[in-house]
Amino acid sequence: MTKSLLLALSDLHVTFSTRRGLVEAVRGVTLSLGEGEMLGLVGESGSGKSVTGFAITRLLDAAGRITAGDIRFRGQDITRISGSDFRHLHGAAMAMIFQNPRAALNPIRAVGDQIADAITAHKRMRRDEARAQALGLLRAVQIRDPEKRMAAYPHELSGGMCQRVMIAMAISCNPALLIADEPTTGLDVTTQKVVMDLLTGIAAERGMATILITHDLGLAARYCRRVVVMEQGRLVEEAEPKTLFRAPQHPYTRRLVAASPTASSRIVDLVPNEERGRPVAMHVPPKPQPAPGTPPLLEVQKLTKRFDQGTAAVANFSMTISAGESVGLVGESGSGKSTTSRIICRLIDPSEGEIAFEGQSIGHIPARDFHRSLFRKDIQIVFQDPNDSLNPRFTAFDCIAHPLLRLGGMRPGDALRQRVEECAQRVGLGIELLTRFPHQLSGGQKARVGIARAIACRPRLLVLDEPTAALDVSVQAVVLQLLDRLRREDDLAFLFVSHDLNVVRMMCDRTIVLQNGHIVEQGESRAMFDNPKTAYTRELVEAVPHIEPKLAATVS
Amino acid sequence: MIRAGRRFLSSLPALFGVLVFTFLLMRVLPGDPAVFFASGPNAGKEEIEVIRKQMGLNKPVPEQLMLYLYDVGSGNLGRSMMTGQLVTKDLRERLPASLELTLTALLIALLSAVPLGVLAALRPGSIIDHGVRFFCALGVCVPTFVSGLLLIYVFYYLLGLAPDPTGRVDIFASLPPRQTGFLLIDFLLAGDFDGWWAAFRQLILPALSMALFVVAPLARITRASMLVSLGSDFVRTARSLGLPWWQVVVTYALRNAILPVITIAGIVFSTMLGANVLVEKVFSWPGVASYALDALLSSDYAPVQGFVLLMATVFVIVNLLVDILYGIADPRVTIG
Repeated sequence: MTKSLLLALSDLHVTFSTRRGLVEAVRGVTLSLGEGEMLGLVGESGSGKSVTGFAITRLLDAAGRITAGDIRFRGQDITRISGSDFRHLHGAAMAMIFQNPRAALNPIRAVGDQIADAITAHKRMRRDEARAQALGLLRAVQIRDPEKRMAAYPHELSGGMCQRVMIAMAISCNPALLIADEPTTGLDVTTQKVVMDLLTGIAAERGMATILITHDLGLAARYCRRVVVMEQGRLVEEAEPKTLFRAPQHPYTRRLVAASPTASSRIVDLVPNEERGRPVAMHVPPKPQPAPGTPPLLEVQKLTKRFDQGTAAVANFSMTISAGESVGLVGESGSGKSTTSRIICRLIDPSEGEIAFEGQSIGHIPARDFHRSLFRKDIQIVFQDPNDSLNPRFTAFDCIAHPLLRLGGMRPGDALRQRVEECAQRVGLGIELLTRFPHQLSGGQKARVGIARAIACRPRLLVLDEPTAALDVSVQAVVLQLLDRLRREDDLAFLFVSHDLNVVRMMCDRTIVLQNGHIVEQGESRAMFDNPKTAYTRELVEAVPHIEPKLAATVS
Repeated sequence: MIRAGRRFLSSLPALFGVLVFTFLLMRVLPGDPAVFFASGPNAGKEEIEVIRKQMGLNKPVPEQLMLYLYDVGSGNLGRSMMTGQLVTKDLRERLPASLELTLTALLIALLSAVPLGVLAALRPGSIIDHGVRFFCALGVCVPTFVSGLLLIYVFYYLLGLAPDPTGRVDIFASLPPRQTGFLLIDFLLAGDFDGWWAAFRQLILPALSMALFVVAPLARITRASMLVSLGSDFVRTARSLGLPWWQVVVTYALRNAILPVITIAGIVFSTMLGANVLVEKVFSWPGVASYALDALLSSDYAPVQGFVLLMATVFVIVNLLVDILYGIADPRVTIG
């Protein structure tokens, strides 16, 4: 290695003391980082990747402590230096960039002052000099109108802008090491690309070594020379991205690589064969063509939604979905995709436009009264956050039984129990889990409960609002397979709302691209993404980080 | 500022409601002022009737209400039967005394509660934390008149440090020319520092006993919101950038944590102003609360109604101030 060693972790153990006793979050991590190197630290939630980052910068919660091993920074063991000595390292020698940029900034202090604070923490200078430097940093992170933004508060800036400010603060004293903990999670793909390009550009320019902590293999592959994979507090594999993705050695890495959706992956490939529980019914007999003249399952005409006095969130939106079809709805945050999906499943009222379900108009029924409509059980929804969308006082059984009681006209008793158990089985939820409350279930299990609840009344149309956005890739893979199987078995139609183009490409026959409430492009998913016609779609497609070795190979 | 004005206007209906409600309440309460203010217990029926007529009590209640509202509208709160003076004059004389006492008490309470809360939050579960909790519990448990008497016993009777607890100044001391009504300020304006010191010594014990009572809620809310703020992402950011310890605690954590404390301080102030009657009694403090209590006991309608109206107005103004302060402290808030 030509570059000198900057950071070396050897056999690092981190333990958290919780109410249920000690929990080992990091169990023996050994890794090293050279000056100016960019390392990807990849793993799913609970793998200990963030804890490792916080242990290096000594920002662990009060409950967490390093129990064994050492961290050498420029040869010095920084686990043993005093707190006040460490303060001189913070910001000056190592800095962190955090996941939720808006929360990471002081809400009641102007961003210019916050950057100046970061500068004066390590350099003796007058306030106006520090502010002048802060202005220069805002320019360096390419914020438009930096003079004006100096006085802005975090709530006046977008998430991407806040992350730029955070980057400006982190690089303000030219640290040798930057640790970016999921810096772009929660940002739109296009913003993600801009922020990551900026971050890597600055790090390279100023020779800062960077550790990118992420759950996104594609992101790590795109930006890092070397990637380490963590699972349950241990390092399981370390390699260059190309080798890692072409020939993963460790079974966990293999599973992770397979589960990460790419431009060419198919739903069947997401979970390796040996681990697939039930065979996926991929070969369903072709469904009979609907008789000519039958109305489509859902027909939306010129839908418009205006919120109080503002501009239209959705304007002139028209689409059709036929029975058993899966349609994707993509776009960045603020594009109106959630509003559209909520209008279609009749949770909010449109300002204008027509919605017809099987030829019958349902758009005029007020959203407040739609639960009494016969169509309520035909149109169901799966929500984004499996935690918040389940009643914490309902057991899994109650959750699934609820629509059956309210919409299916069933009474408590054996028939209901049988039906709930059948639903649970269909979504692969163990019967023994039915008595549990949501907080006793894992993320994937909660997602299954949400799906079971949605399909309990045998709907014809399922609206899926980012159903896997909160899940780890390996869980997402299983849930996506499950959804696809259910769709084929029940001839269910999907309206699949997602920001993840790779997922939509796999799951949906057709896709609609929304921007600022307007449809910019629609068509058959694969064809459209392979050959986008509008600049906006192209931008979206190109912003998605790929782990395709083929593509990377052509560049290098 | 326009918003603040609109905000004030929108609270006028509430003030009107308070006005009518107190008026009716006073009529419902037992006790006939005419009997009370007759020359003596043996006054004849005719004499009482004459007084009733003089006071306008023989008219039907709705008419009395209309007359009363007309008077209030023209700035006349009536005349006190006890002091024989106009209620507005009495209140104007006594309100500064109450305000001075309450403001000093609030200042003492805030100056001790905020640091205590911060200390407790910095080391949750430590001896300091438990100590603060014990102190707060004690402050709430002991009624103000008990703590007041205790303070008098210790500092006046035993140690002889404090002057005798008889009002705002020594009876024989000369008062400064009245400008604001706040003695501490008036003495300063007059350049009489000995007088200022004397007034301050009179003030400190009653203010302390009032402060003791409200330290608890202020310290608890400071501790709770400080804990939230210390655990927040932006404090972690500040630490990750190596900001000095005091800057992390004060500029980042405390400035955010102080927001709920402002709200509570406003509520506490309004309550203190009305409820400090016990302290005023114990220390013979010539404030509005003891004035109102005396009036209530002697069925003297006008001062009680005037007092309630005054308190309601103070409450509205304090809430307005809290909102404005909040808007200054938190850029995310606009007064609406």
